[in-house]
Amino acid sequence: MKKAIKIIAIIALVVLVGIQFVPTERNQSDIVPVTDFMLVNNVPKTIQKKLQVSCYDCHSNNTRYPWYNKVQPFTWFLEGHIKEGKAELNLNEWDSLSNRRKKSKLRSIIKQIESGEMPLDSYTLIHKDATFSKEETNEIINFITQLKDSL
Amino acid sequence: MRKLKLTIGIVAIAFITVTAVSCKDAKKEQNTSDGNHSEMNHDNSDGHHDGESKKMAMNGDGASQAILNDYFNLKDALVADDNVKAKNLGATLAKSLGNLDVSNYSDAKKADLKDIIEDAVEHSEHISKNDIDHQREHFKILSKDVTDMVAITGTTTKLYEQFCPMFDGGSAWLSMNEEVTNPYYGSKMLKCGKVQREIN
Repeated sequence: MKKAIKIIAIIALVVLVGIQFVPTERNQSDIVPVTDFMLVNNVPKTIQKKLQVSCYDCHSNNTRYPWYNKVQPFTWFLEGHIKEGKAELNLNEWDSLSNRRKKSKLRSIIKQIESGEMPLDSYTLIHKDATFSKEETNEIINFITQLKDSL
Repeated sequence: MRKLKLTIGIVAIAFITVTAVSCKDAKKEQNTSDGNHSEMNHDNSDGHHDGESKKMAMNGDGASQAILNDYFNLKDALVADDNVKAKNLGATLAKSLGNLDVSNYSDAKKADLKDIIEDAVEHSEHISKNDIDHQREHFKILSKDVTDMVAITGTTTKLYEQFCPMFDGGSAWLSMNEEVTNPYYGSKMLKCGKVQREIN
């Protein structure tokens, strides 16, 4: 019995060590394209900062990775979220969208923030500064609504 | 000595894991290139495709009519508060949207239609995956997309644009019947809304 536990523990350890070698895609880029949300819109400084901290890690081509980012299986977890986030909305490529698509996306942004679905709980758990206070929520929703109506 | 053996064992197994995993990756790559290959074959048979779509266009814009049908089925599922049915119909609609043939339109209209379709497909896909509240939020924009599509493609049947002032600051949808049944509230407020426009 004791032996069985030992064997299982060893196998678990080996798998854990083994998966560290699985290659992963990194989401990192120094280039901010001309289509970036901040460059094509007149975004107030405070909102710029908030968007950078709360949204850009998953919704742009550049992620500021947390310290555990190279430890599996966390890397997979992060990679999945980033892929999904970018597929839904990539703020770096904002201006490549048509007005119809922009309106659609802005509306979704409002709905997601309003309902508290974004930023993800698993994200704000680590990134405390990414949480939206009530005031910040109002400020950002007002801004996004204005932007949407101006299109 | 035993410890040494153990360490060697771990390293060996770790090595095997890595090799196994990289093998799997290589296989994956092969698969994707296979996928591309068959897609290319698909492109080659385009002549055949053209024939098909022309036939459809001659039938009076069959593809856009199919989209409208799927849209109305989806609307009815939302009227009936049927989340699961709406999910399936969202997926169906995403597919029929993708099948719209834009080749017979002018370049400007082509671009408009493509834009509309891209947006509508995204909303349909969201509808195919979410709870009913989300489905209704997406249905609002989807309705606008479909209405804009009809403005370009036209319709063979008479449509009614209906409007509910209560949902999300006022929301419209399309229906084949003059009588109002509300897809945004379902049984909660089935009759809320009015006909605001007739489309022929």
